[in-house]
Amino acid sequence: MDKEQLKGEPLLRMSKRGEMLPAWKSWGIRLIAFFLSLVVSGIVIIAVSGLNPAAVFATMFEGAVGTGKRAWVTVRDAMTLLCIAVGLAPAFKMRFWNIGAEGQILVGGIAAAACMIYLKNLPAPLLLLVMILASLAAGGVWGFFPGLFKARWNTNETLFTLMMNYIAIQLTSYFVAMWENPFGSNSVGVINSQGKEGWLPNLFSAGYNKDYGWNVIIVLAVTVIMYLYMNHSKHGYEIAVIGDSENTARYAGIRVNRAYVRTIIFSGAICGLAGFVAVSGASHTISTATAGGRGFTAIIVAWLAQFNSVVMVIFSFLLVFLQKGAQAIASSYNLSQEVSEMITGIILFFLLGSEFFVNYTVHFRGKKVSA
Amino acid sequence: MTQVQLLTLINSAIAFGTVIMLGAIGEILIEKAGNLNLGIPGIMYLGGIGGMVAAFYYELHGGASPIAGLILSLICSILFSALGGLIYAFLTITLRANQNVTGLTLTIFGGGVANFFGASLNTLAGGVGQISVPVTSSAYIAYTPLGYMGTLGKLFFAHGFMAYLAIILALVIRRFLNGTRTGLNLRAVGENPGTADAAGINVTRYKYLAIIAGSAVAGLGGLFYTMDYIKGTWANDGTIEGLGWLAVALVIFATWKPVNAIWGSYLFGFVYWAYLYIPGLSRKTLELFKMLPYVITLVVLIIVSLRKKRENQPPASLGLSYFREER
Amino acid sequence: MIALGASCAIKMENVTKRFGKVVANDHINMELREGEILSLLGENGSGKTTLMNQLSGIYFPDEGQIYVHGKPVTIASPKDAFDNGIGMIHQHFKLVDVFTATENIVLGLEGEGRFDLKKAGEKVAEICARYGFDIKPDQKIYDMSVSQKQTVEIVKVLYRGADILILDEPTAVLTPQETDKLFEIMRAMKKDGKSLIIITHKLHEVLDVSDRVAVLRKGEYIGDVMTKDADQQSLTDMMVGHSVTLNIDRPDPVDPKPRLEIKNLTVYDELGVKRLDDVSFTANSGEILGVAGVAGSGQKELLESIAGLYPVREGEIVFHSPEGKDINLVGMDPLAIKKTGVGMAFVPEDRLGMGLVGSMGMTGNMMLRSWRKGKGLFVDRKQPEQLANDIWKELEVVTPSTSFPVRRMSGGNVQKVLVGREIAQDPAVLMTAYAVRGLDINTSYTIYNLLTQEKMKGIAVLYVGEDLDVLLELCDRLVVLCGGQVSGVVDARSVTKEEVGLLMTQHRKEGA
Repeated sequence: MDKEQLKGEPLLRMSKRGEMLPAWKSWGIRLIAFFLSLVVSGIVIIAVSGLNPAAVFATMFEGAVGTGKRAWVTVRDAMTLLCIAVGLAPAFKMRFWNIGAEGQILVGGIAAAACMIYLKNLPAPLLLLVMILASLAAGGVWGFFPGLFKARWNTNETLFTLMMNYIAIQLTSYFVAMWENPFGSNSVGVINSQGKEGWLPNLFSAGYNKDYGWNVIIVLAVTVIMYLYMNHSKHGYEIAVIGDSENTARYAGIRVNRAYVRTIIFSGAICGLAGFVAVSGASHTISTATAGGRGFTAIIVAWLAQFNSVVMVIFSFLLVFLQKGAQAIASSYNLSQEVSEMITGIILFFLLGSEFFVNYTVHFRGKKVSA
Repeated sequence: MTQVQLLTLINSAIAFGTVIMLGAIGEILIEKAGNLNLGIPGIMYLGGIGGMVAAFYYELHGGASPIAGLILSLICSILFSALGGLIYAFLTITLRANQNVTGLTLTIFGGGVANFFGASLNTLAGGVGQISVPVTSSAYIAYTPLGYMGTLGKLFFAHGFMAYLAIILALVIRRFLNGTRTGLNLRAVGENPGTADAAGINVTRYKYLAIIAGSAVAGLGGLFYTMDYIKGTWANDGTIEGLGWLAVALVIFATWKPVNAIWGSYLFGFVYWAYLYIPGLSRKTLELFKMLPYVITLVVLIIVSLRKKRENQPPASLGLSYFREER
Repeated sequence: MIALGASCAIKMENVTKRFGKVVANDHINMELREGEILSLLGENGSGKTTLMNQLSGIYFPDEGQIYVHGKPVTIASPKDAFDNGIGMIHQHFKLVDVFTATENIVLGLEGEGRFDLKKAGEKVAEICARYGFDIKPDQKIYDMSVSQKQTVEIVKVLYRGADILILDEPTAVLTPQETDKLFEIMRAMKKDGKSLIIITHKLHEVLDVSDRVAVLRKGEYIGDVMTKDADQQSLTDMMVGHSVTLNIDRPDPVDPKPRLEIKNLTVYDELGVKRLDDVSFTANSGEILGVAGVAGSGQKELLESIAGLYPVREGEIVFHSPEGKDINLVGMDPLAIKKTGVGMAFVPEDRLGMGLVGSMGMTGNMMLRSWRKGKGLFVDRKQPEQLANDIWKELEVVTPSTSFPVRRMSGGNVQKVLVGREIAQDPAVLMTAYAVRGLDINTSYTIYNLLTQEKMKGIAVLYVGEDLDVLLELCDRLVVLCGGQVSGVVDARSVTKEEVGLLMTQHRKEGA
């Protein structure tokens, strides 16, 4: 009879942990997942290329931070990614699925590029300021529409922002065609390559090699401001309450719809600013690749960091480091650059899966559970 | 516009439509089970590269039978995309990861795998030049003599077999969802998994199967694109991703009904290619014109949410994980 | 206890279910005899539904064995429950809104042969005809009334040929007439040879419909008794453990003056159903005004309308301020009410879903009432922290710290945090909805005392409650609601329990 009963019992049962895990345990679980993902990625690389894993990792390191220039590029890209993730955090915290960062970056970038082209006679600091404001405004507008429709008519924001991405991409193509230089190249080329109007200047060196000090300063400033906004401001408090329960928010006298739209505009604006950073601080051009999927990657960064600013910094660096490293492997062993996307995917799969083990316990059949 | 031009336009629209129709009806099946899979672009990538890898190695080793190439690539494509679906299903159902984030990761991963193999096939196989699988592709492109018979023939019969397969699959999925016990159960899982569970339906199994089957169907969209639409070559230009997102958009446009996806996909294709035949369109305005499918979808999305007609709403528990012991 | 045998439709042995550290069912031994109607009685939170969910396959017991018709079985899923002939009608209906009645009824069935909705519809119609149910097989669920939805649930179970039916608080959502009809159906099913369990905490229903009563208290099985040998007093004793002698301290009201005047209030819900119908009464300062009524008579809508959280169609809510100003609150949201200076405290029914932020600690929850204070962009955390510490000490809240998420606290502590915060606002009006639901006796008395203290400060207290004994001993006056109407305003000191009970089920005559 006992056996009979055991047979019917499910092999595995899962239940939510009654207690929160201590921080070291939950981060331990994530760390294990990360190492597992590296092992799997390593196996994949070896399987397709037959390389020595140690050499591969050395190449990776070399590729990401091997020279001063490479290290700066890694920092630059991590900062752009961080800026987007930071921008997304308030929207996500109030459970607004803004997957439209891609589009918000692009319109921010278009706005910045437009200023560079049409206002290049302004004094440099003023031009940069106008560019910043323009990109903030453009991103904000891109966030406003889905926010408004979500607040007023509960229109699905995931699908809405997704469509806004493609509208922004086509808009970018439109402006690329308009600003094409040289004619027939189907690209805008480097804007203001002579006078460098609207370029973020070097911070540390006056030399030819670009440093990206200003990118770091701008993005870290945004991160700190966002941290204060989310944790100490009245708006931040409203966002946290709404994200937990809209009914409670109404009860507390929060005007939910207004807070909703305001937050999405803010979120979109910061993503728009990331567009400025990408155009003025990095590529000095605009194309549909300006966002380059970073709007999506940033969602994953913000999500995995659970909107904690400090953790977002770590994840941004980690992802960009891995991507640069993988690209280095690709070029030195004659593989495709896309290997980095594949490895990013594998690592993210593992990290996403690890959250389960942070939040749930697994019981095996037949074992009695105590407490 | 001349008759010939119109015919060419319609045929391009059908070919374009077939790609996104397959993606969309696969996604409909998945969304009906309550999972919003933003990994569709990745899955279409996997389906495309799966078929390409099989056909490439088959022809590299001297395979010369179009039919054998077709069968091999079809099987391999389905395996790849189903595997992508399995990863997504395992993470979102068993490990309860967030669906949106997992889907986006799958899109990154699928694109990475596909473009990595696409670009590396050459290198790995010892540098054979431009990847092309003409033998296999010919089986996909082939059509019956009816396709040569007059305007009607060209209109209705001058397509590769997958164009018809897509319509058949759409009709089969419709019939499955509305006319079978399993389909009813599946819809219940997407609407209200708690209810379905209480009714004795194995929610987990239904979701897994719907996601894997839906992914296999969506992957066929990628296969059709590689084998038929671009004639058995591989392009590393991100087009499949764009088409994948359009497929997700089409699901909304079709208000989750496979039959609407059939004509909707052709409409999208028509709008997408119509610019070629509009005189005086500059390159700039052309780009704005290409915006239309997305704008139309957005309008449909807004109208659906304004009208609140119950039959047109997304499945009620779309995007939510289900866990029975939650209290 | 009856020996294991054919006379038991269901027998549960040592069934135990835990959620984290909470023991919801502690070694329960219970049985359902063939062909009887068994009442499963217990207060809110006593573990009735959890126990039954283990019979219907929603939960899997951590320990123990279940027998159906004498055979040991494992019920790991709802499907297993059906296979054993067990069907449960849940309190929250398990229906798919966009499906028709028939589609819902055949859901999950593994029929043989072709899938034929038409034939299934005919069979549904047949069952409906036999029992006189008023549903159409092709009707969509979203077009149905609550009672119709319940009917679909019952037909669903009958369609599957269940011979053991479990009804989880089926009358909570029904009108008295609908309840009578349901009981008739239950008796008819019993006559058909089916065995039934009805979960309830309403004693008169227990006495009315069941053959035998089993009682749970705090997750433990207290015992069972034949209905014919039981009366309200004895059942209450079993349910609460000792005879109800509440001895709540009730001083006379202090200088009662009209503070809140409700005039002809009428509200509709989002589906267009009238929830409050021409409600008028006055709440005085310095007294506790009780609001009595069966669940869903409009209590929630009444309080939320006053708090500015529910749209008012007609009528006025006039606040007479101590300074002699009259302010009509209709059309204001909570923020607007606050800005006019009306001190309104509200302890809502849904504590974690409306009154508190579950993921925040005590301090964060104190801020819910004070976050807007002060100029500038930033919130003040010091004062709320101080308040949290005060409440922590004074009300003896059990929590590791003021930042520990309130969601993880026990029900009683959650309520202390909520009530403590609301009182700390120094309100002019204090509204509470089911303030002691799910709380232990000690905490309940803490709450009663707090409310009485507030009354003595000259505050107008509105107390929505479900336990008549408490209402009669705590409050000064009672407003009785029935079906969204006021069926009477009575003096709580002189009225009898029976009189209130009658008012609760007595609809006002048209034009009266």
